[in-house]
Amino acid sequence: MISKPHVDWFALAPVNSLLVATGIALLCAVLVPRRWRKGTAATVCALGYTAAFGFAVAVYVKSPRPTGVVADAFSRDRLTALATMIVAGVGLLTAAVAYHERAREDHVSEYYALLAAAGSGMAFFVGANNLMTLFLALEWFSISLYILCAIDRDRLGGLEAALKYLVIGSFGSAVLLFGSALVYGATGKLDFTGIAAAGAQHNTLLLFGLAMLIAGLSFKASAAPFHQWTPDVYEGAPTPVTGFMAAATKTAALVVMLRVLVTAFPANAHLWTVALAVISVCSLVVGNFAALVQRGVKRMLAYSSISQAGFMLIGLSANSALGGRALLFYLIPYTAMSIGAFAVVAARERELGVPVTFENMAGFGWERPLFGVAMWAFMLGFAGFPLTGGFVGKFYVFSAAYEHGWTWLVIVGVLATLVSLYYYLGLVRAMFMRRTEDLQLAPIGGSPPREALLQTVTVTCLVVTVGSFFAVQPLIDLCRHAVNSLLF
Amino acid sequence: MTTLLICLPLAAALIVWVLPLNPVSAGSLSLLAALAEVGVWIQLLVRYDFTQGGLQFSERHTWIKDLGVSYHVGVYGFSVWLVGLTVVVMAAAIAYAWWAGRDRARAYMGLMLFLTGAIVGVFVAQDLLLFYAFFEAMLIPLYILVGVWGGPGRLGATLKFVLYTMAGSLLMLAAIVVYGLSKGTFDLVAIGPSSSDWIFLGFVAAFAIKAPLFPLHGWLPDAYRESSPEVAAVLSGVVSKAAAYGFLRIAVTKFPQPTHDFRAPILALAAIGLIYGSLLAFRAPDLRGVVAYSSLAQMGLITMGVFAVNDLGLDGSVLQMVNHGLVSATLFLLAGMVERRTLTGELGRLGGMARGRPALATVLLTAGVIALAVPLSSAFAGEFLILAGVFQRGWGWSVAGAVAIVLAAMYVLRMVSAVLHRDVGPAVSDSALDLRPAELGVTVPLLACLLALSVWPAAITQHSFHGDHGADDVLTQFK
Repeated sequence: MISKPHVDWFALAPVNSLLVATGIALLCAVLVPRRWRKGTAATVCALGYTAAFGFAVAVYVKSPRPTGVVADAFSRDRLTALATMIVAGVGLLTAAVAYHERAREDHVSEYYALLAAAGSGMAFFVGANNLMTLFLALEWFSISLYILCAIDRDRLGGLEAALKYLVIGSFGSAVLLFGSALVYGATGKLDFTGIAAAGAQHNTLLLFGLAMLIAGLSFKASAAPFHQWTPDVYEGAPTPVTGFMAAATKTAALVVMLRVLVTAFPANAHLWTVALAVISVCSLVVGNFAALVQRGVKRMLAYSSISQAGFMLIGLSANSALGGRALLFYLIPYTAMSIGAFAVVAARERELGVPVTFENMAGFGWERPLFGVAMWAFMLGFAGFPLTGGFVGKFYVFSAAYEHGWTWLVIVGVLATLVSLYYYLGLVRAMFMRRTEDLQLAPIGGSPPREALLQTVTVTCLVVTVGSFFAVQPLIDLCRHAVNSLLF
Repeated sequence: MTTLLICLPLAAALIVWVLPLNPVSAGSLSLLAALAEVGVWIQLLVRYDFTQGGLQFSERHTWIKDLGVSYHVGVYGFSVWLVGLTVVVMAAAIAYAWWAGRDRARAYMGLMLFLTGAIVGVFVAQDLLLFYAFFEAMLIPLYILVGVWGGPGRLGATLKFVLYTMAGSLLMLAAIVVYGLSKGTFDLVAIGPSSSDWIFLGFVAAFAIKAPLFPLHGWLPDAYRESSPEVAAVLSGVVSKAAAYGFLRIAVTKFPQPTHDFRAPILALAAIGLIYGSLLAFRAPDLRGVVAYSSLAQMGLITMGVFAVNDLGLDGSVLQMVNHGLVSATLFLLAGMVERRTLTGELGRLGGMARGRPALATVLLTAGVIALAVPLSSAFAGEFLILAGVFQRGWGWSVAGAVAIVLAAMYVLRMVSAVLHRDVGPAVSDSALDLRPAELGVTVPLLACLLALSVWPAAITQHSFHGDHGADDVLTQFK
């Protein structure tokens, strides 16, 4: 008889509600008639995410003190809860964006099942408290995403994207796994606090392991120089999935990076802070300069997400409570802007039926003012303009870098922002400033479809983007309590 | 009340954007809001206690507690005047835009109102981050206003404008982060002085580009030429004053030591800009070019006054900010009115417009005469004070200023005669009308303000700083 650890079901409720949603959505594929299938599966997925969000809020409220649950494999604390809230919110919005997206009517319940599965994997990932659960959860959501990328088999570039994601993603996972093995070899411990307590900070094995852990997580966060898969995958994947990857995957990867590095490797902080600063500068340079020359909007957003990862890594590299707060705060408007931007891209894509480029965005702002204005706000937010939460986020990460004594990093960030203006405002220019004769008006056949769901998502994202500029203090308090779960 | 000044136009902008109004009602609603804003400002002017001076009507709410950032607004004597300049010029610009009939009126009017709120915010913000937020927020509507409703070269013009401005602003953001965190607060009233050259230069970079100061004026000719006349009026009349205000409120006040150290180079750049701008204005082939480059020159002069940091210079620069704001706004609007009749601004193709058009001739000549600072005009008072102030820092600076005043007479008279006198130009048809009542309704109030200031320039010079001692105010950091 194996002795089973005590399971804190409440802490696992967000994960489990999404797992349940996955199961029910899968059953829809066989039990629900074809006509109702899409609606049912989408509703189940959305309900799963709503439940996960609700449970995460409850966990946040009821877990002022961090505890390890299920034999310390999973941490029940406010950091987990906040990250789960973000992921669940993103998932819910993605389900809404995806509703009218599906060109093919088959595999629709699998689509929503996988979406819920990916979300549950991420919810587990952000709470992972040892290297085993970390890797398990990473594979859990990655495999779901590989399939989601490829699920539209007749989509141009979809299979290529999925294959690329699979190969490079697996390579990233392998690096992470190898790193975990090295860390285990050096310390004999799997749980984060045990690794920190082992006192092996000068062990070469541990250092290699640490480097490989950072590399593996950077693959998922698509930070340069581990970003090569990003543009192709973002371009080839179905647009709602791209939005989900840009927002949720990055959130999960960065939060886990924060937890692992701060909890397991505090003694090596002098090394990993520098490593993260270097990765951040690489991401800022690569992301921004490559985005300058893109013509496809999704590719531009892909490179922009690389550069945004760079900004968030600035906060992470400060290795302070302020830096952690900066990262978590930044994630809130960032995820809203990403989902919103991809929702707008999806709207244009459905209207035209071709990949969206800067050229065929011409006039979009005037044709569909709601989407146009929202996209304008998202671009300003990415560029860190005031009246959007992106501004406060940038201000926070710069503050964190300065407090850490890295004024040079502030300057790099500022210059990167300047470069980024060209392409963010370039999209605004394309939407609003092209001459009437350049406009590619909507195809003949009446006005474009009214998509209430898409509009709701866009408005929600707009509200979060702008609201996080005004309601800074409540959100910061939320992030402060979350970061206090870690030992700074 | 200060918050009302910021929020009234912003709320009006939202209403104009959201309600499905037709162009006429959108325009009239916007004009109404702009006039209401002027009314609120008059209230502020009446209720501000000039004998007491200092920060009044201040409001403060915590915004970001852990970094010491707050929503802190309030007005000083000189900010009252700058806010007044803003609301008056914006009302005139909105009225002209309404009359001229811009397409997509709701979007246009909403953006103009939004811009009003942002500019007022810059002049009343008493927190560094809030100041930065408003300073950047100005750029959001301007980008669209120039880029959508501008002339044929508008795309290049907006790109240049935004990249130039943001390069400066972002350096300022870095400076703000470093300055605020090192002092533990971002409150402009509470924060202590700093002697860091780098922080100072970060601020100066932003203001020098926005003003602009020579040699950072690369964006200016394109932006002023390609935007619609009322937007050019706002850009040169009001937005550039945000930079001069920044010099006065932040750069000079919070950085006494760097100001002292960098005075000579900054005064030199300002003087070069003054003379160079005047020469370019004299050589400019078109109407807008003349006004645009004269704006460069005048901003140089104002900067000289601020960096003289004595009572005369500071008084003069505040007066001249208001003067130049009103004059250049009037001239840009007039340029727009002339272009509307002739479809060109090229001086070579204009001429003889005074014949049969007495109103146009009178208005343009009056504005021109004030612009060239004839004695008894308010501009003369302002320029004289600045020259007297900067004289105390070295007679050479005053010589440069005096030379530029002569040049100003040359370029203004060249412009006036090229438009009004000489032979009738090929672009001027006999059917081109005199100024319409609506156009007079826009320009005459602006000129009336200028004439009132000419009669009583002390309205501003004696009511800008506490006890009429600007230098003391700067020394005590407006505490």
